[in-house]
Amino acid sequence: MSDLSGIHRGHSYYEATARSRISKLLDSNSFRELLGPAERITSPHLESLGQPCSFNDGIIIGSGRLNDLPVLIASQEGGFMGGAVGEVHGAKLTGLLERAVDERPAAVLLLLESGGVRLHEANAGLIAISEVIRALLVTRDAGIPVLGLIGGAYGCFGGMGIVARCCDALIINEEGRLGLSGPDVIETTMGVEEFDSTDRALVWRTVGGKHRYLLGEVQCLVEDDIAAFRVAAIENIDKAQPLSLESLQQEHLALSQRLANYGQCQDGINIWEKMGIDDPQELPLMNIPSFLVVVENHVQGKL
Amino acid sequence: MEHLKFEFKGSVRQQGCQQTTLVGVVSSGNLEVMLENVDLDGLCRINVSTSAQGFAEIWQAVLNDFVARYNLADLQISINDGGATPAVVCLRLDQAMEEYLETST
Repeated sequence: MSDLSGIHRGHSYYEATARSRISKLLDSNSFRELLGPAERITSPHLESLGQPCSFNDGIIIGSGRLNDLPVLIASQEGGFMGGAVGEVHGAKLTGLLERAVDERPAAVLLLLESGGVRLHEANAGLIAISEVIRALLVTRDAGIPVLGLIGGAYGCFGGMGIVARCCDALIINEEGRLGLSGPDVIETTMGVEEFDSTDRALVWRTVGGKHRYLLGEVQCLVEDDIAAFRVAAIENIDKAQPLSLESLQQEHLALSQRLANYGQCQDGINIWEKMGIDDPQELPLMNIPSFLVVVENHVQGKL
Repeated sequence: MEHLKFEFKGSVRQQGCQQTTLVGVVSSGNLEVMLENVDLDGLCRINVSTSAQGFAEIWQAVLNDFVARYNLADLQISINDGGATPAVVCLRLDQAMEEYLETST
């Protein structure tokens, strides 16, 4: 667990807005916004659908410093349409990642909070996601680490779940959720017998921060405090992961191994049991420091 | 969507406040408020885009109260509204003013 002594604590990441997360994560007063609200670059689609737009289109992008290192940063606002990615929203994210290749900051930080594609904007939103993924991989290929931070009320799902898993490293809190189809989508398409999205404990055992950490999909599990996210981001800022055919093949191998090991499991608890964790039903109740000690020798290798 | 425009004659000009201030998030029952320093020949101009139709009179009343509290000149206020109640609108306007005035030199 990171040492948080001497750091100003007490600001929940989960409850903060996209803007306040940036200001508390970066070195104070270092953030400079790109395409700020006064430029009014808003969605060209929402007005015709009778929906209010936002001056930021639900994402804030810009540059700043983290522990005195230059970074580019994007922060999605879950409160605006669930952080969903529309045409402008996606273009801002893509543009930021392309800028990183030119500017070569120490890292790009993505504060992800999104249900995925803004389906109102149909193909424009879908294309935006693939453009973001391409730009992210180009940025990584240029040797610039991309870190994802997840921990807001709306989780990180759909296309943005894919984007998250393309990052070099992910940082999550217990409240954070990461997945492809979200619980409501699974229930709607497959039925309540398959997945009861109102069962909060089940949701967290399936897509919650602790489970994602145990599976090796996120590299840092932190307490719900922006200061804890900051410490973890500083620790991971220079930890670029290899992006090669070999690393991809290793990942595919690990995924098929995971499917073989846990494919029949119906619940997170079954997986934790198979991992050899004593009293797996206790894991959801543990605080983060005790949890990290208990699972230390059971966390799966990085995926 | 309904787009409303209001103009008020103001007399207080703030010195040295930052160019742009934004507070709030556009979501159900919530709104974002952006303040900008613009030379409007002493006017305070307020543009509202709202998803709730037919509430122009209520907006007028809420904004009358707001202007009476601050009496600002040369200020442009832009609002994107997701159907916030008058109380929430008042709160956001006060929050925006608090952040705006904090930046005064």
